[in-house]
Amino acid sequence: MNFFNLLRIALKALRRNKLRAFLTMLGIIIGVGAVITMMAIGSGSKQSIEETFSSMGTNMIIVRPYSNIPLPGGVRIGSSNIQSLTLKDVDKIRGEVTNISALSPGISSSGQAIRGAKNWPTNMQGASVDYLSIRKLSVSIGTNFNEEHEKSFAKVCVIGQTVVKNLFEPGENPVGQIIRFGKIPFQVIGVLTEKGQNTFGQDQDDIIVAPYTTIMKRVKASIYIQNIFASAEKEELSEEATKNIIAVLRSSHKLRKEQENDFDVRTQQELISTMSKTSNMMTTLLTAVAAISLVIGGIGIMNIMYVSVTERTREIGLRMSIGAKSRDILLQFLTEAIIISITGGLIGVLLGISATYFIANFLKWPTIINQNAMLVSFLVCVLTGVFFGYYPALKASSLDPIEALRYE
Amino acid sequence: MPDILKMENIKREFILGPQVVKALRGISFSVQTGEFVSIMGSSGSGKSTLLNLIGCLDKATEGDYFLDSTNVKSLDKNELAELRNKKIGFVFQSFNLLPRTSALENVELPLLYQKGISRSERKERAMQALEKVKLADRFEHTPNQLSGGQQQRVAIARALVNEPVLVLADEPTGNLDTRTSYEILNLLQELNRDQQKTILLVTHEPDIATFSSRTLILRDGKLLRDFQNITVRSAKEALAAIPVNDDF
Ligand SMILES: Nc1ncnc2c1ncn2[C@@H]1O[C@H](COP(=O)(O)OP(=O)(O)O)[C@@H](O)[C@H]1O
Ligand SMILES: [Mg+2]
Repeated sequence: MNFFNLLRIALKALRRNKLRAFLTMLGIIIGVGAVITMMAIGSGSKQSIEETFSSMGTNMIIVRPYSNIPLPGGVRIGSSNIQSLTLKDVDKIRGEVTNISALSPGISSSGQAIRGAKNWPTNMQGASVDYLSIRKLSVSIGTNFNEEHEKSFAKVCVIGQTVVKNLFEPGENPVGQIIRFGKIPFQVIGVLTEKGQNTFGQDQDDIIVAPYTTIMKRVKASIYIQNIFASAEKEELSEEATKNIIAVLRSSHKLRKEQENDFDVRTQQELISTMSKTSNMMTTLLTAVAAISLVIGGIGIMNIMYVSVTERTREIGLRMSIGAKSRDILLQFLTEAIIISITGGLIGVLLGISATYFIANFLKWPTIINQNAMLVSFLVCVLTGVFFGYYPALKASSLDPIEALRYE
Repeated sequence: MPDILKMENIKREFILGPQVVKALRGISFSVQTGEFVSIMGSSGSGKSTLLNLIGCLDKATEGDYFLDSTNVKSLDKNELAELRNKKIGFVFQSFNLLPRTSALENVELPLLYQKGISRSERKERAMQALEKVKLADRFEHTPNQLSGGQQQRVAIARALVNEPVLVLADEPTGNLDTRTSYEILNLLQELNRDQQKTILLVTHEPDIATFSSRTLILRDGKLLRDFQNITVRSAKEALAAIPVNDDF
């Protein structure tokens, strides 16, 4: 039997029952569509998370106070309320850790930024001059503050675009203007370049940076700091730098060997890999669920093919009586199953692409259509067709023509 | 005239658990090209079993069967299929047309299982076969758009399209009324007379057998009688004799 005749016979048989063929395909269509969409969402969000962290500085190391030891009474407290980091720690790190290129204490205060009749609830980050370079932030108008400002507890600040939008008129130059944070007036000396939202929906432009000395003395009146930010000289050195910082802080805090750290050091690298792992896991999970629907689609094909073989027993008998060989019947039913799965697969790919397009454009989720995912799910479809179509086809081909013709 | 088929002491036994059903118990006869043979007998006498053997759908338990000088005994399943495809045309009591498929496509079917026939040749030959049964104008109709008699004529066209040496019909008029039965018989007689088609027709109605040129009568798997019909009735005349009633 030549291939085109086989194809023609199978197509004609399918055309006799279009609705059924379509319904049989539906499982495959949804399965493949779901796999492609899920993988697109998965890899899209993974890439977006990675980009977010990279844009925040891949060399960044953050130290936070941390305690695993509950206070008397079993209460644990949030890290920002633990007072274990001081400027002395920052100095020691500066003096003893060599493989870092930038260092900044961090102390922040939330409050109301006010200018005239306008006000905006935001967060003021106290930091050193290095902070902007550590966070990969840059000044677009004006300048960053300098070490003189730090030494003199100067009431100056640089502000993000969101703060600009909420406190100033459009077109107004904020540089040189005075805003108040709580009761304290600050002079704006620089405006930060716009960064937009990160993957988690945080507005990265809703920020005011001021000298840490000013925040410590004038805003919070505290001798403790909340964070230490550092940049490793190179990405590869982050791990070593982290080890050094831990050693320095342990000696600075006079911790004995058996005592746990009262601080926590994280590198951006670790965060990226943790987030990637989480998002990989989510992708795998979603894809697995989608793959299950593909298998169910395959079982649907098998089910319908069995029904079809039984229903068409007389047809099979007739075909055999007019000269079809067992192999012709086997191939006919197998071809029908494969056509169903391939067509379903192709429609599924289109559905997956459209769904992804819809999600990307209307829900604004990050997505990446993975060509391999498309190819793989398509191949899986074809295999599903062969696998689940084989047994019904074998059953059809092994019928006895006389019995089949007599079947009621 | 050469023998188109020859049977020598053909036996067919079915094993049903501990029981052996002897459907055919040693049958010998031969048929020459151009004969119109009816096979008669009561129900269960082995008519269908015999026709299935002749049509190479089944193999004898014992004995030799030569179809167009080929001994069928030595052939395997695939070779039998090929033989059916090239040399046999089947007509069934229940038509066995593919539903939702046009008359033309139904008739084309046997040619799809033959190598080296182009699409256009297939269409052309199927059209010619439909012309022979006078249904060329209905080639696009599907079975449910055709009457029982028309459906059987499409089935006959399908049996003719591969230009078989033998046309085998198992109770072809069993599902049809008298008038339509005579129309089908008239068609078979024309094919036999004008195109020298060899026809074997199974029936249990003595009336139908009178239209053939020769009758074989089976009883309990044995050939009871084998005789030439001295006066072959003409289906055309029989058709003219019954009044045209308008209740169909
Ligand atoms: N596949 C089979 N298995 C068992 N017995 C069968 C089979 N086919 C036919 N027979 C038996 O063989 C005998 C002849 O059957 P059949 O040729 O169908 O008779 P007819 O067509 O003359 O009515 C019957 O007794 C029937 O029961
Ligand atoms: Mg019978």
